Amino acid sequence: MRSDVLIIGAGGAGLVAALAANEAGAKVRVITKEYPTRSQTSMAQGGINAALGNAGADSVEAHIQNTLKSAHGMANEEAVRYLCEEAPKAIEWLDSIGVCFSRTKESKIAQRTLGGASAPRACYAQDYTGLKILHTLYDRCLEAGIEILSERYLLNFIVNHDQYDKAYVGGATALNIQSGEVEIYESASVIVATGGYSRIYDKHSTNSTSSTGDGIAAAIRAGARLSDMEFVQFHPTALKNSSILISESARGAGGYLVNSKGERFTNELAPRDEVARAINDEINKGEEVFLDIRHLGEAFIDEELPQERKLAKLYENVDPVYDLIPVKPAAHYTMGGIEVDKNSHSKLKGLFAAGECANHKVHGANRLGGNSLLELVVFGKQAGLNAAAFAKKFDKPIDTLMQKTSANNFVKGVKYFTNQIDFYEKRSFIGKIFYNNAGISRDDMGLKAVLGAVRQIQREIPFMGPKDKSNICNTNLIEFIEFGNMVELCEIILVCAISRNESRGAHYRSDIPQANDMAYKAHTITWKEDGVLCADFME
Amino acid sequence: MKVQIKRYVSEPEVKEALLEYEVALQNATLLELLQEIKTKQDASLSFSSGCRSSVCGSCSMRVNGKEVLACSYKVQEGDIIEPLKNVPVLRDLIVDMNKSYAFNAKAKAWLSSLTQNAALSPEDEKINEVQSDCILCGSCYSACPVYSVNEEFLGPFALTRVWKYVGDKRESDNVSKLDVIQTNGVWDCTLCNECTIVCPQNISSKSDIEKLRSKSVMAGYKDPSFANNFGGGFGFDGSPSF
Repeated sequence: MRSDVLIIGAGGAGLVAALAANEAGAKVRVITKEYPTRSQTSMAQGGINAALGNAGADSVEAHIQNTLKSAHGMANEEAVRYLCEEAPKAIEWLDSIGVCFSRTKESKIAQRTLGGASAPRACYAQDYTGLKILHTLYDRCLEAGIEILSERYLLNFIVNHDQYDKAYVGGATALNIQSGEVEIYESASVIVATGGYSRIYDKHSTNSTSSTGDGIAAAIRAGARLSDMEFVQFHPTALKNSSILISESARGAGGYLVNSKGERFTNELAPRDEVARAINDEINKGEEVFLDIRHLGEAFIDEELPQERKLAKLYENVDPVYDLIPVKPAAHYTMGGIEVDKNSHSKLKGLFAAGECANHKVHGANRLGGNSLLELVVFGKQAGLNAAAFAKKFDKPIDTLMQKTSANNFVKGVKYFTNQIDFYEKRSFIGKIFYNNAGISRDDMGLKAVLGAVRQIQREIPFMGPKDKSNICNTNLIEFIEFGNMVELCEIILVCAISRNESRGAHYRSDIPQANDMAYKAHTITWKEDGVLCADFME
Repeated sequence: MKVQIKRYVSEPEVKEALLEYEVALQNATLLELLQEIKTKQDASLSFSSGCRSSVCGSCSMRVNGKEVLACSYKVQEGDIIEPLKNVPVLRDLIVDMNKSYAFNAKAKAWLSSLTQNAALSPEDEKINEVQSDCILCGSCYSACPVYSVNEEFLGPFALTRVWKYVGDKRESDNVSKLDVIQTNGVWDCTLCNECTIVCPQNISSKSDIEKLRSKSVMAGYKDPSFANNFGGGFGFDGSPSF
């Protein structure tokens, strides 16, 4: 069952990495806990940034500067330059494999303006940009004959040590969801492409129920480092009751934000953190907040924002052509993730990461709309090429016995947890206290209270567990393991947020509303030593 | 509100039952109802879900015999909820999609050969805009009656995805694309239109199949049943010849 490169996750980053590694001659295997077209990538609507200048003057330099500005001093300029310079090539490649982008009258790829951008820069495919990119990548993987194994849930990475006691990765253990069996996937290198951790905010997140940070939690357990985990982006406009996303393109196209009095109260096209805070302030004042796109007209809405109209009708019983859409901010994208170098390589030898689970330091304290689809193409490719090159030189033995035994023991043992406490209740409890105290606006006392609650929940985990004891398609068990991963990440997010005694981008501390460059213009790095969480600031 | 859900387990032995659940929810989507049951009443109820916004294709199932996405269907009193058809049921509402997805590869639903410098206009964009909205939920596959007689039929979503590329100016090798879909493909469809009725993305695989048929004829392929009728199956007087 050995491959050169093992990729965990079949979203955009995973599939781009698979194609790149395959093209470099590596034997590639992809495993995913869902099926390959069901990932979070399918939900990206707004677009993918590249300074093509198809809809108005633009330059790569402007793209770089907009990205750096939004990052609030937390981006690595070299990485941002690479991302933005590669962007036009990334779009050209997507076009060449058949992505159905929207087009201009001049037969060019259409572009629109998203928040924080100085020009119409986001290439789009109506409001299905992520969906159409993801499915085209999937089609491409079929053409390349890449092995994709569905319904395999990552448990842990296999870690071995060389004669100098230096750790290296040798694959992963996974739970076959369909059979309930533990499986071992040996490989010379591993790419983590498992997505973000926004579901910690539970029903206050725009994300798929699968965005539970599995790969990030497994990476820190295996010895990798994480960085900037406190930076969580809240999308300003999610539907009020369901947290379903209303794309930024609604504001890009001229939509207004208004309060209960019908007054506009912010610049709708400011970066997401500013708009989210402005909305949050209104809500805290007792106002309701609405998105108003009525003036854009039915024809325009049906052409450019058809999903938005459908979702608003379904979940809020309002028709955006005639009604205001009730909105609130919701957790949308996690900037933090597995710390990687300029080759997408983590601190653990052979372990690479790309996409939302990785921190390439291009988003810094606040991601620009349209840069995440771009990131997964640019860095997915980079991770794929580098993991393939690494595998070619790999000459070490892989011993899976210990991890196999512990994975089997875990899967058997977890079913004997006592179940006195309902983890679903704790899951929604964490979502609520995180949204209120570790979300858009935070303060020291609130964060510490949440940390206390999370540590209590950590102690209670053996008293929770799955109620369902069966093997085949035990989604109750999978959700419990996901919950365990999220609780592990909760502690890290809180420790980082408490340490960062300043406000920067998405990390807004109401008790310290200013940035402090002297003390905190640095990355929050976390790792584990003998299972104990350690944290430090590093340049 | 009361609903009935088809339960199925295969371990330790096969058991099936239609179980009734009562849930205090109003104006809820079916997915919200299923989540409510799983988290509050019965943790063993198994179903797939993901995005909650009709783009990931995970939560397709049948309500009162008709395919829906659980996240975009408002559940009604007395609804009977069952898994998709034509696919192996693994447990409750979870089905194994692997075999149906494999038809995408069999149908070679990808861009085979790129036309250099093909400039696409907004009109060209419209040719396969709807077809590229496919979310692979498998609703059309479940509703397709051809599978009861031909398990190897490439099927509605795979053929729509072939049309997506055949209809695209960027594809320069339509002949090889059409060649793959002659057997167990475009001519095996009965044009019953069930796939169109159930598609949550308003795609009509039936009309995509018709477009592929006419492209096939233009490329010199023949409807095999038509050819049989006049070339061998029947004598000149209309009587069957053996």
